[in-house]
Amino acid sequence: MADMRSRMQAVRSLDWLYDPKTRGLIFQVALVLALLILGYEIVTNTAENLKKQNLASGFGFLGKTASFDISQTLIEYRSTMSYGRAFFVGLLNTLLVSALGIVLATLLGFAIGLGRLSQNFIVARLSTAYVEVVRNVPLLLQLFVWYVGVLRAMPMPQQSLALGPAHIDVRGVHLPRAMLQGDVGWILVVALLCGLAWALVLARWARRRQIETGQTFPAAAAGLGLLTGLPLLALVLLGMPVGLDYPHLGRYNFEGGLTIEPEFLALLAGLTFYTAAFIAEIVRSGIEAVPRGQKEAAAALGLRPWQVQRLVVIPQAMRVIIPPLTNQYLNLTKNSSLAVAIGYPDLVSVFAGTVLNQTNQAVEVILITMGVYLAISLATALAMNWFNARMALVER
Amino acid sequence: MATRHHSHGTHVDWVKANLFSSWGNAALTLLSLAAIAVLFWQALDWALLSAVLTGKDGSACVKPGAGACWPFITHKLGLFMYGRYPAPERWRIDLTYALALAGLVPLMIPRVPGKLWLSLYLLGAFPLIGFLLVRGGVPGLPYVPTELWGGLFLTLVVASVGITASFPIGILLALGRRSELPIVRWASIAFIEFVRGVPLVTVLFMSSVMLPLFLPPDVTFDKLLRALIGVALFSAAYLAEVIRGGLQAIPRGQYEAADALGLSYAQKMGFIVLPQAVKLVIPGIVNSFISLFKDTSLVLIIGLFDLLGIVQQSISADAKWFSPQTAATGYVFAGAVFWIFCFGMSRYSAFLERLLAGGDKR
Repeated sequence: MADMRSRMQAVRSLDWLYDPKTRGLIFQVALVLALLILGYEIVTNTAENLKKQNLASGFGFLGKTASFDISQTLIEYRSTMSYGRAFFVGLLNTLLVSALGIVLATLLGFAIGLGRLSQNFIVARLSTAYVEVVRNVPLLLQLFVWYVGVLRAMPMPQQSLALGPAHIDVRGVHLPRAMLQGDVGWILVVALLCGLAWALVLARWARRRQIETGQTFPAAAAGLGLLTGLPLLALVLLGMPVGLDYPHLGRYNFEGGLTIEPEFLALLAGLTFYTAAFIAEIVRSGIEAVPRGQKEAAAALGLRPWQVQRLVVIPQAMRVIIPPLTNQYLNLTKNSSLAVAIGYPDLVSVFAGTVLNQTNQAVEVILITMGVYLAISLATALAMNWFNARMALVER
Repeated sequence: MATRHHSHGTHVDWVKANLFSSWGNAALTLLSLAAIAVLFWQALDWALLSAVLTGKDGSACVKPGAGACWPFITHKLGLFMYGRYPAPERWRIDLTYALALAGLVPLMIPRVPGKLWLSLYLLGAFPLIGFLLVRGGVPGLPYVPTELWGGLFLTLVVASVGITASFPIGILLALGRRSELPIVRWASIAFIEFVRGVPLVTVLFMSSVMLPLFLPPDVTFDKLLRALIGVALFSAAYLAEVIRGGLQAIPRGQYEAADALGLSYAQKMGFIVLPQAVKLVIPGIVNSFISLFKDTSLVLIIGLFDLLGIVQQSISADAKWFSPQTAATGYVFAGAVFWIFCFGMSRYSAFLERLLAGGDKR
């Protein structure tokens, strides 16, 4: 009996060990310790390795002269400028190709997604074939096809293909560039902003009037007209101070005008066609997710087929479509880093490629590059959460 | 699509209703048919009618109007499939494929019993045997360094090792993200969101350039192993989100019942929750594998020659096979191989999805 009691007491004295709270605490302390040890090991090893290989560290290199050229720059850049400047050139190139890719992939993706739902059997099958072929082949391969197979296969400048004022050759597409004469750019910007403000006010007014009286007003068309009309009007009033700089064939190459590099076109085409296949699937499943009763009820109310789509189906489908669509936009932005394989000067290619090779500061360069993508992703995620909260189905 | 079922009408009615219901629709139909005809004819002409079928080098393919340069593929098929793995030793790779299929095929057919043993074989015995077989260095099997591995074989190695290694990490991360312990949860969230927020290219750069700096100076890593670590960590973050979806779909009653039975956390997860959760998300796991399989091609950026890498290298660097159609032929071949694998897996995933949905309907 006494033996039993002492054993019970021995067990009870170990009770704390079986308490989930204690165990959780021990586990977490162990995890923190493990992470700290790992971090310490990494830092000391890196320091030792850097010292051994005589490599510099710190972010001082950003101010040093880059001394390499970049083929496509949105802001002024010369090889005498700093690595920091090269970073911004690369970042802007990434943002440019991503933004254009997002717009084009959305348009193409919606067209193909609607095509898959078409009553027309052949159109539906063609759209399905497109999706199944494009999304099952690696993007990198598609980039090579566009770059090596299509754009590098174009003729030399002397035999360039002429499409109206544009010329296409192995060095890219040469277009006339619009040149503003005199310092009138700011007037155009002001006109554009005025148009934007006016369009927004008009849209609010039209909406309020429709809620109050039921009368509709084509606010979208009017807004678009204002946005394009006001800057045009400003141009006309200023006496059309626009000159066109036409590309002309020099000794070896086209000179003047605006040249769109083949690397940019290949990357844009690859990203657009690849992402469009995924967007098409999202659009299709989003529209299919709208219950049939909604369409039938709308038709029973006497709405015309396009009104059913525009006012009933698409607004509800968008609630399903937009979160995965944003994911695809992020994927497109991240995939634009494949630029490094075909030599488009994006962030990874310029910074994690050339700058890394010249400075050998792998840790700093890779961390900055990752940080940029991470910032874009997190900003998008925050915007999405805000949007989801606004769009969520409000139930009683 | 809804009107495709034509139990009452004739085929003519179906054509009228689906293809020529209005002028616009009729125009669309004719335009699509014309596009299909042109595409089909061009493809047929390029791949067969005008194609060069035999030849010893690229000069056979240099003639005006020539289509695909198939000798480029037939002569280099061994290189594309096995990389620079020595030809007399290639049977070792074939044998490894056979050993993998012996486990995979019965595992993929739902009716075959003994899934547990098959999984144990594939995850335990097979990797060891396969590794020794292809790497060699044991009596009877000469050593073949990983620099010689390449082609489709390397693609399969990176993708399957990547997904297998990422599976346990992904499960731990998914459990961590749903844990009640705040530090564990935040550490998991930080890792998952960090990896999902950056492109795979940067992760590969990190594992190939930064990883050697992190390790003690005397430790050196194989280039392939560094790529595998990058791929596995990358894939683990995505897999964790797939598995989390499964964990969230398990009713709370299952967790509570396990607690009520007095099971420990490991027993609760290992015996009750995870088996159900993982089964639910098998299609999602297959989809992750498809993405990983396609993403494998990125290893060419850090200097490994997978299928795409070796095709690209043969196109750009082999002067013997230089011809106007070499690039197109190589890309079509590589694209077809990738497509067959990815499309096949996506069909299998859709089949599993139907199977699982059917099980719920009873």
